[in-house]
Amino acid sequence: MKILVTVKEVAEPADDFEIEGTDVGEQFLEYDLNEWDDYAVEAAVQLSEAYDDVEVVSATIGPERAEETIRMALAKGVDRSIRVWDDDVAAAELDVAAKTRLFAAVVDEEEPDLVLSGVQAADDGFGATGVSLADEIGFDWAAVVNDLQTEDDLETAHVHRELEGGIEELTDVDLPAVLTIQTGLNEPRYASLRGIRQAQSKEIAEFGLDDLGLDADAVASPISRTAMYEPETESDATYFDGSPEEQAERLADVLRDKGVVSE
Amino acid sequence: MSDVLAVADHRRGELRDVSLEIVRAGRELADDLGGDLHVAVIAGDVDAFAGRLSLEGVDAIHTVDAGEEFNHDLYAGATTALYEELAPTAVLMPNSVNGLDYAPAVANRLDLPLVSDAVGLSYDGGLEATREMYGSKVETTVELTEEPFAVTVRGGEWAAVEADADVPVEAFVYDFDESASGARVQGFEEVGAGDVDIAEAEFLVSIGRGIEEEENLELIEELVEATGATLSSSRPIVDNGWLPKNRQVGQSGKQVTPDVYLAIGISGAVQHVAGMKGAETIIAINTDPNAPIFDIADYGVVGDLFDVVPALTEQFS
Ligand SMILES: Cc1cc2nc3c(=O)[nH]c(=O)nc-3n(C[C@H](O)[C@H](O)[C@H](O)COP(=O)(O)OP(=O)(O)OC[C@H]3O[C@@H](n4cnc5c(N)ncnc54)[C@H](O)[C@@H]3O)c2cc1C
Repeated sequence: MKILVTVKEVAEPADDFEIEGTDVGEQFLEYDLNEWDDYAVEAAVQLSEAYDDVEVVSATIGPERAEETIRMALAKGVDRSIRVWDDDVAAAELDVAAKTRLFAAVVDEEEPDLVLSGVQAADDGFGATGVSLADEIGFDWAAVVNDLQTEDDLETAHVHRELEGGIEELTDVDLPAVLTIQTGLNEPRYASLRGIRQAQSKEIAEFGLDDLGLDADAVASPISRTAMYEPETESDATYFDGSPEEQAERLADVLRDKGVVSE
Repeated sequence: MSDVLAVADHRRGELRDVSLEIVRAGRELADDLGGDLHVAVIAGDVDAFAGRLSLEGVDAIHTVDAGEEFNHDLYAGATTALYEELAPTAVLMPNSVNGLDYAPAVANRLDLPLVSDAVGLSYDGGLEATREMYGSKVETTVELTEEPFAVTVRGGEWAAVEADADVPVEAFVYDFDESASGARVQGFEEVGAGDVDIAEAEFLVSIGRGIEEEENLELIEELVEATGATLSSSRPIVDNGWLPKNRQVGQSGKQVTPDVYLAIGISGAVQHVAGMKGAETIIAINTDPNAPIFDIADYGVVGDLFDVVPALTEQFS
């Protein structure tokens, strides 16, 4: 069996950031493995440990810088990686449809039996690529999966979908499928020193549009970001300044005033 | 053309709030486009739902009487079929957990560009949508140069339409064989029952990822002890197994309405805020002055919890 995990390097702005044009200034951004994908990687690696002959391949759309993140996934037990990038991809503003076309081409190459992806990416939060991909490649799917059990024949996945308000939906999904993974599904491991060492020698294959049999049209998107700004705060919050002791004193007064703490 | 098709959301016999909100979002967009608003309701007791959706601003309701509950193959298939019949300019679907499970498939099948999790929409010769990025730290506008298009709307952003109207209801026939679907719902399970009901608490001290390590929770427990508060948390604390699920506040956790909600080291992500914005007084302690939690806070302490929390505990000891 082959499991494909989509892995995204996401940007997070530092506490003090400035917006430049339609994005946060590059110097204020830090990069990390998308939190939701970390759980997806763990789920894939656990399946590879539970069954014989499971290969875990990760796929990333991202620049060379993303290799740092990809190595993290490799260090946690992913067998090999694919990174999709070239000048046309770099120049494009990828929407859900464009990402779907790129990943669908990777699926054509790799022919996985199961695709795991994070529910959403922490930076742009579109939350749509996994299900869109499933529909495109004709796989079944389940979104927002927070529990995953498989049977030995690997024909069906028993999943829980985490709905709103503490309710979970119990669903059976036929494989091959795409599952979008919610945090809390498992406990993502830390990369061991040995894993980090081994990751250095694992393959990260680079694919451009040509290699995937696509052209620049595949990444053309009708959606473009036209502005970014800090939301106007509707808050008229009262801030407590001073030393932590002074802040705490004022806070304690509020709590007493509101009558939630006596004394 | 120029019409809007909005799809309602329901679960276990109840329309979800977002269904009444999507009617407002749909009406406003239909006004901008100069078209009609069609509302679809799929599965379950569709006649009862249609009665509830017979609201001011809706031009037609389409009921799809197939299946009992949400099934994404049914929703994606029926929405696609309705789209083909009505040929609207816009398809609006909720950015609910079920929306996440079928809206991208609808967009893909129909080859429509998709803007997800919109918090604002306007149309003036082209769609302009407002979205958030980087965990609600910034807002963005995106423009669409193509139509028709698909949008999922965030719950809680549009005021629910309440005014009743007499809207024509049409049954839309869509054949669906649930047993042939690759995903079959087996049932539901409620999670998070336990010793305490945080929904009942008057004073919640709620801790987030700012606490960093499980052993640091002790600091918060001391504050809880000293103040007689009830302890709750954001999701990562529960994901890490540091607190049980019944302590989680938010979209997938509990909705709470305490007199005071003290959020410590919590950024204020939308799914968290969904569970606590009804608190009477919100106080936030956070090192990041730009943390979105301060946007809804009544009192703010920009500071390090490892300094402020012990000092606060001291005040009550
Ligand atoms: C479908 C779905 C459902 C979800 N449901 C829920 C839900 O029910 N509940 C929920 O909470 N989340 C939910 N989430 C997750 C949500 O998106 C966020 O990831 C989560 O709320 C973040 O938790 P946090 O604020 O504790 O952590 P972070 O976002 O990491 O924030 C930590 C904060 O701590 C501050 N901080 C760090 N160090 C200190 C310090 N020393 N002193 C003071 N402050 C400090 C930081 O500045 C930051 O603001 C859901 C997500 C999805 C996709």
